[in-house]
Amino acid sequence: MAEVLVLVDHVDGAVRKPTLELLTLARRIGDPVAVALGAGAEATAGVLGEHGAVKVLVSDAPEFADYLVVPKVDALQAAFEAVSPAAVLVVSSAEGKEVAARLALRIGSGIITDATDLEAGDGGPVATQAVFAASYTTKSRVSRGVPVITVKPNSAPVEPAAAAGAVEALAVSFGEGSTGTKVVSRTARESTGRPELTEAAIVVSGGRGVNGAENFPLIEALADSLGAAVGASRAAVDAGWYPHTSQVGQTGKSVSPQLYIASGISGAIQHRAGMQTSKTIVAINKDAEAPIFELVDYGVIGDLFTVVPQLTEEINTRKG
Amino acid sequence: MSLRIVVCVKYVPDATGDRRFADDLTLDREDVDGLLSELDEYAVEQALQIADGADDAEITVVTVGPEDARDALRKALSMGADRAVHVEDDDLHGTDVMGTSLVLARAVEKTGYDLVICGMASTDGVMGVLPALLAERLGVPQVTLLSEVSVNEGVVTGRRDGDTATERLEASLPAVVSVTDQSGEARYPSFKGIMAAKKKPVESLDLEDLELEAGEVGLAGAWTAVDSATERPARTAGTIVKDEGEGAKQLAEFLAGQKFI
Ligand SMILES: Cc1cc2nc3c(=O)[nH]c(=O)nc-3n(C[C@H](O)[C@H](O)[C@H](O)COP(=O)(O)OP(=O)(O)OC[C@H]3O[C@@H](n4cnc5c(N)ncnc54)[C@H](O)[C@@H]3O)c2cc1C
Ligand SMILES: Cc1cc2nc3c(=O)[nH]c(=O)nc-3n(C[C@H](O)[C@H](O)[C@H](O)COP(=O)(O)OP(=O)(O)OC[C@H]3O[C@@H](n4cnc5c(N)ncnc54)[C@H](O)[C@@H]3O)c2cc1C
Repeated sequence: MAEVLVLVDHVDGAVRKPTLELLTLARRIGDPVAVALGAGAEATAGVLGEHGAVKVLVSDAPEFADYLVVPKVDALQAAFEAVSPAAVLVVSSAEGKEVAARLALRIGSGIITDATDLEAGDGGPVATQAVFAASYTTKSRVSRGVPVITVKPNSAPVEPAAAAGAVEALAVSFGEGSTGTKVVSRTARESTGRPELTEAAIVVSGGRGVNGAENFPLIEALADSLGAAVGASRAAVDAGWYPHTSQVGQTGKSVSPQLYIASGISGAIQHRAGMQTSKTIVAINKDAEAPIFELVDYGVIGDLFTVVPQLTEEINTRKG
Repeated sequence: MSLRIVVCVKYVPDATGDRRFADDLTLDREDVDGLLSELDEYAVEQALQIADGADDAEITVVTVGPEDARDALRKALSMGADRAVHVEDDDLHGTDVMGTSLVLARAVEKTGYDLVICGMASTDGVMGVLPALLAERLGVPQVTLLSEVSVNEGVVTGRRDGDTATERLEASLPAVVSVTDQSGEARYPSFKGIMAAKKKPVESLDLEDLELEAGEVGLAGAWTAVDSATERPARTAGTIVKDEGEGAKQLAEFLAGQKFI
């Protein structure tokens, strides 16, 4: 069977969930060969093998951390040349997309970004995209070269599938351009202990209606009762009530959880763009006319300051 | 020495209006209202601030798009850019990101640049990869997704807020930069700016001017193909209850029924 290259998204050897989802999708079109780069690369092999990677190509040169994006493109290109895969899959993170695009250009291939599903087709893999704030669904193909496709988190289930996961060193020669953009410093984000926003099965978000940073613990408590991640609208972020990294929407994170709960969020098109593909949508808003209610599976017209704490208590009691 | 800044701006359908596909599965640009992609306003703003801090700078805004795309250039000129380049050619219809980056790279090279500034993503295609492709094609550093940017003595520095970390980046000019909507509010054009924009030069270029063949761009030259586009069925109307003391309980009931609790 044809091989499919999968670029591994990991933090110091801990593989992030979207990569395991990619392995599920990759198996629909071939045998996954994973490419793990940077510190801890080799430590990823175990879990990748358990999820279907027949081979894991590793390189942990310092260039990956010291310079932006291009060293990873050089490495992925080296893997591409070593393997001759039928497709290349990358997680749709900001960096993933940039790496994928530059690789596609170098190998003379088209690129599709932000796929939400992937199937084998007669003319190569067919990608589903949700476009225009998810108001349209498109099916697209790469018509030239070896398909390079980036896939959004939460697009496929994680399915274990035992495979060899044989580790092989990847030889990379870094091009002249690889040292062009220096990473002068890097400050890791402090962990909140909650699930990562894009990976979470449940997301609880707060908007302008939360009315102050001091009230966000209400949203956090509801999130914690459900084991959820916390999101925010841009209005809440711009007001400084919650960090920008929690913004859901067109210019924030795009989430696609099983359950999305919006409190005090009106449902502007740019917010919808980042959450409309959630499986179940719930809103709590005191304005019956708020556009968010057009999207919901369940909506409560009410004051979030009453409804949210009561809901949290109710959930905690039921779980109790 | 003068700092030559080129800002790439895209003309896009208004996100708050009706967006749809034409019969050939390309974006319908004929009957929908368009505007300068809001995220490119941030790129223009940063260009203006960098130019303000430089001894001598010139800002050129470049767009690839149909006749109406001139509106996007006018808006950028009225914000304060000095001149504009409009790449317009019937054969560009249906160009994908590889073609668009090729055309932009040629246009930027022809214009001459020390610094190219882009938005983080367009508000229609939302791929967020064009700046990286432009850097690859031009063979210069990419310093992308910056929430803070400054240029000093031929060096661009910036802050990139990633998924797991915040990075400080540095590269020598020439370079391609993209800025996020966290980089600072974009200014509104003043009346004076709007009047002045009418007199600023807008240069028109076609494929021949850029030494490109029709087959390298457009729908025929695209490296990707859209097979179908279907409007998402409207969500079936959900249950909406008014909270009269029982709202939270009812919602908890719903969540339990869906096995979330
Ligand atoms: C280029 C661009 C990109 C953007 N990107 C994003 C993005 O990524 N994400 C994003 O979210 N926005 C984005 N926006 C902004 C977007 O247009 C909206 O302004 C924003 O989403 C509004 O946030 P909100 O719903 O929290 O606030 P509002 O629209 O002000 O809504 C607040 C809601 O809270 C309700 N409320 C108030 N008090 C209570 C209460 N006590 N109990 C219950 N309900 C209450 C109100 O009825 C109202 O519906 C973008 C805009 C632009 C131009
Ligand atoms: C819904 C939709 C989905 C698409 N999906 C794909 C796809 O999967 N693969 C593919 O190859 N093409 C795709 N396209 C086509 C692609 O969007 C265009 O070719 C496009 O102009 C480049 O991509 P972008 O606008 O998404 O760029 P982005 O990378 O999102 O844009 C970033 C920045 O690049 C600059 N820029 C982008 N386009 C222009 C322009 N025309 N003129 C001046 N500056 C510009 C702006 O500064 C912008 O802020 C899609 C288009 C649409 C409408």
